[in-house]
Amino acid sequence: MTKSKVVSLDTAMEKIKSGQCLMVPGFVNCGVPQTLIAGIIEKGYTDLDIISNNTSVKGKGIGKLVHENRIRHITCSHIGNNTETVEKVVNGEINVTFVPQGTLCERIRAGGAGIGGVLTPTGLGTIMQEGKQILEVDGKAYILELPLRADVALIHAWKADKMGNVIYHRTARNFNQIMASAADYVIVEAEEIVEIGELDPDIIVTPGCLVDMVVQARLEDRDE
Amino acid sequence: MNKREFIAKRAARFFEDGDLVNLGIGMPTLCLNFLPEDVDVWVQSENGVIGLSGSPKEGEEVDIDIVDASGSVSTMRVGGCCFDSFTSFGLIRGGHVAVTVLGAYEVDQEGNLANWSIPGKTVAGMGGAMDLVSGAKKVIITSEHCDKKGNPKILKKCTLPLTAVNEVDYIITELCVLHRTEAGLILEELAPGVSVEEVVSKTDADLIIPDNIKSMV
Repeated sequence: MTKSKVVSLDTAMEKIKSGQCLMVPGFVNCGVPQTLIAGIIEKGYTDLDIISNNTSVKGKGIGKLVHENRIRHITCSHIGNNTETVEKVVNGEINVTFVPQGTLCERIRAGGAGIGGVLTPTGLGTIMQEGKQILEVDGKAYILELPLRADVALIHAWKADKMGNVIYHRTARNFNQIMASAADYVIVEAEEIVEIGELDPDIIVTPGCLVDMVVQARLEDRDE
Repeated sequence: MNKREFIAKRAARFFEDGDLVNLGIGMPTLCLNFLPEDVDVWVQSENGVIGLSGSPKEGEEVDIDIVDASGSVSTMRVGGCCFDSFTSFGLIRGGHVAVTVLGAYEVDQEGNLANWSIPGKTVAGMGGAMDLVSGAKKVIITSEHCDKKGNPKILKKCTLPLTAVNEVDYIITELCVLHRTEAGLILEELAPGVSVEEVVSKTDADLIIPDNIKSMV
């Protein structure tokens, strides 16, 4: 009998500690793991090192961690949608490292796929190449970008079965798929948890072997 | 038609039927209102979708899991599809997007673009702009010819942090269309009532001025 990975939010939160590096998916505020973020706020975890594409909008999604001063450093491509993040970065309360969005994807994918780095033309001739190795392949120059991994990834699924096989909904997929592959521990919140065997194997996006825990997402955590 | 619509309308004529296009927020998105007859394009959005179709109309069912590149709720056409961010940027960087239309803080005669950072003023981040400009087959900049203070935005050399180097193909403003080539910036088209002298006086770059300059309309 296959063991269920479904746990309570409280149990899942025992896997997180202050000071850890967390991957938090989402594009602006779509596909953000809102229940898991609510759990972090409730438990008081702080001094977090966040890898995300952006920080949602003011006071919502990842913006809740910004508002509650839980973030020490963030690696992302854009913060412009959240005026509070911009303010805190300008005041030196949060450190930010900007990475072009496509490069961020590739670095996370490399981190999850056991690849030592990726070669990208993005950012050549800009400040993005500063301090990095430039390699020439077949007469074309590329920047060597290194893999990214995290201690824990927080994933928002549409449906997950009890083994952690996951499917996503529309553009809420975004960074969820690659982030689920690139952390030492992976916690999934799912809008709907179904029995093993209910998801068609051909449409499963994230295989359950990548997932350590499954938590029921709470509707009340979801920003409209 | 206002200035911004005039620019967007001209940019839309660069689209070919069936093109996969990626449009920046603001003026570039306006291009969709001016598609030439018989031209149907598919809109790719960096957050992982092909076939975005604009904000929901009144009474239309809203799905908050469908958003555009600004994070606003959008809709999808029949035939569209969704994918993850990694696939999305593979499409962008891999040369599968035919045209991208973007705005600019500055653009120069070597095809360099600055549109993501004004040190001391903005700390927004580049988002997907650097990948788009280096990966799309054709890069079109839509911009007002001068900034709000009347200073030229088209320069010999950009002064702000660059988004990409040598990637811009066309610059479309309310005054003219400039084509960036190996030889330099060619003044290819003028807006009605605009003289070569006016363009030259409002541009801080070397322009190649052919004998025959077409009209923008």
